[in-house]
Amino acid sequence: MKQDKLLLIGGSAGSLQVILSMLAAAGRGYSMPVVVVLHRNNAFESSLEELMASRTQVVIKEVEEKEPVLPGMVYLCPADYHVLFEQDRTFSLDYSERVNFSRPSIDVTFRSAADVYGAGVVAVVLSGGNADGAEGMQYIKARGGFTIVEAPETAEVPYMPQQVLLRMGVDLVVPTEELPELIRGFGRPGHR
Amino acid sequence: METHVIQYEELELLLGDLYARYGYDFTEYSKASLHRRVQRIFSLDNFPSFAEFRYRLQHDSVYFRRFVEEITVNVTEMLRDPGFYRTLRMTILPILATYPFIRIWHAGCSTGEEVYSMAILLKEAGLLKKSLLYGTDINPLVIEKARKGIFPVSQMQKYSENYIQSGGVQDFSSYYTANYHLAKFDSSLTGKMIFSTHNLVSDFSFNEFQLILCRNVLIYFERELQAKVFRLFDYSLENFGYLALGSKESLRFSPIADRYRQVGREKIWRKINEAG
Repeated sequence: MKQDKLLLIGGSAGSLQVILSMLAAAGRGYSMPVVVVLHRNNAFESSLEELMASRTQVVIKEVEEKEPVLPGMVYLCPADYHVLFEQDRTFSLDYSERVNFSRPSIDVTFRSAADVYGAGVVAVVLSGGNADGAEGMQYIKARGGFTIVEAPETAEVPYMPQQVLLRMGVDLVVPTEELPELIRGFGRPGHR
Repeated sequence: METHVIQYEELELLLGDLYARYGYDFTEYSKASLHRRVQRIFSLDNFPSFAEFRYRLQHDSVYFRRFVEEITVNVTEMLRDPGFYRTLRMTILPILATYPFIRIWHAGCSTGEEVYSMAILLKEAGLLKKSLLYGTDINPLVIEKARKGIFPVSQMQKYSENYIQSGGVQDFSSYYTANYHLAKFDSSLTGKMIFSTHNLVSDFSFNEFQLILCRNVLIYFERELQAKVFRLFDYSLENFGYLALGSKESLRFSPIADRYRQVGREKIWRKINEAG
């Protein structure tokens, strides 16, 4: 069976600009579904989706419960909900306790993605001041997924990628300015 | 070291056991979320193997009770999504006010914070004395807490902010008495509440209501079960009654959608036609 692929991007403080450039580089019609888990506060709620759409040309939408996970789409986790994946490649939303003080939590989404997509997962952890994502990355790695962190030296807030690196060896540590090109490459046919 | 990861096949086995042994049917719950909760209690309680976990659940009904408490999500707050409560206050309550008697059902009310929020709104609209608020949940432990009306004082600042944003103009602290770290809500509010266990999966309609609230419960159910619960709500709702859902839930794809019209931008629908 052909392995379904999925690109996960986890970011917190200081990650918005790099997310925008990665999505711009991925462009319209990217070959895998992209799911962005960004810690956000309710204040700039809906404007985020519009901002991302206007700056990147991608087709972006906030995750709705039970909708299918489709390539060519960029999905943004809604404020105040965890996002999970079902075996039939649809999304589920979950309003349970915060994890690492976060909802959506990167760990929660990453673990669930690894349960369903296994080795098809490509996951990136970006700038942030929180340890969210580190455990999820380890879980993804253990199930054969591909793990990438933004290089702490170039990240606006190095703590989050550092926390990943303290726990595990990742597949790639990538300087901020090289992330967009890397993401574009992952979308090409035959890659990995 | 990571403990055993429960496989989806194992989860199915477990759900089959629980249905056969206790009559609780979780088989139509969304699996991703349920899997996460079951994995959590499995790890928390340090089971050496799935087989032992399964055995314990089959043979220890006290432990099963703990299981139900842990796998159901009980996160709630007072006046959550203030915009929603503002709409209730400004648009819905004035219409309910025209009824001689108001019956409201909070389905899946957890520890009751939303029931108390509603009671405050009704009181301020002068409607509480002719209202009855039913709060139900599958989990007996949270129903016990809801009855007491005692919540952590640490939450009150947040609730007070929600209250003001929802259009409240009283002093929010006048609704409770603080004692050390606990806030006990006024008995004039609790007096109009009836709390009871009720399982949306297997229990029937028990009354007719003008307003049913079920927020952030349906996201844990698969489509078919959602449809079944929507039919239960439809059956329990008077004509021209209202159904309120969570901010990420919708009636749109449900079998009852064509008989309901959304009220403004909030997740509130009005029943405009009886079933044919």
